[in-house]
Amino acid sequence: MPIKISSEENKIIAFLSGEIDHHVASSLRREIDIAVRECNPDLLVLDFSQVTFMDSSGIGLVMGRYKLMNELNGKISVQNPPPHIKKVMKLSGIEKLASINNA
Amino acid sequence: MNVKNEMKISFKSISENEGFARTVVCAFAAMLDPNMEEISDIRTAVSEAVTNCIVHAYRNEEGIIEISAKILSNNEIYIKIKDKGCGIQDVKQAMEPLFTTAPCEERAGLGFAVMESFMDSLKVSSKPGKGTTVIMRKKIGGQNE
Repeated sequence: MPIKISSEENKIIAFLSGEIDHHVASSLRREIDIAVRECNPDLLVLDFSQVTFMDSSGIGLVMGRYKLMNELNGKISVQNPPPHIKKVMKLSGIEKLASINNA
Repeated sequence: MNVKNEMKISFKSISENEGFARTVVCAFAAMLDPNMEEISDIRTAVSEAVTNCIVHAYRNEEGIIEISAKILSNNEIYIKIKDKGCGIQDVKQAMEPLFTTAPCEERAGLGFAVMESFMDSLKVSSKPGKGTTVIMRKKIGGQNE
């Protein structure tokens, strides 16, 4: 599962790509959490523009990162989800926890 | 039920097969000429059902998951996903959005909610100790008629 993480001052952007399901969620979680714990950012951005498929495992991933950022007094936002991924997000009500933006 | 075509697959309950299962079902459903939204609805619903089998039904063991699908004469796809795992004690409770027995693994508890909302119908039957069967149906091209 390819993931690119870039960090700027106080901000981490994780560029996710491919298919997000239960099979890959745990390794994504691990990589993002390592970067977050290293940099202690104010904001974690999850970019979904290159994600081709996501089921509710992706919602679990966002919810878990929300909890982590909350512990660290930071915020989380979701960026550029394609329409069918936005549909899963809407159903979950995740926008109450993370702002969804189109960059 | 007037069946125009049907298929059956069975595979091991390992997480590598989640992608395999949803791809196979979507390839079969493609015969109904679904649009992008319909195909990703089916893909997501199948992924949820198969993940449930792996995460919950065969939690402490490996087992076989069986999918059979039918294309019906009214342009409907019928998908049955069956396991012989631990079963569900309380199906009604399991189907409540956000209910999960695996919060530590970051399961959102939305599997059945996704299946219910992305497909036209969802039927879940389960016997503790025997297994669970999920039947989903979706009419293709229904919105355009």
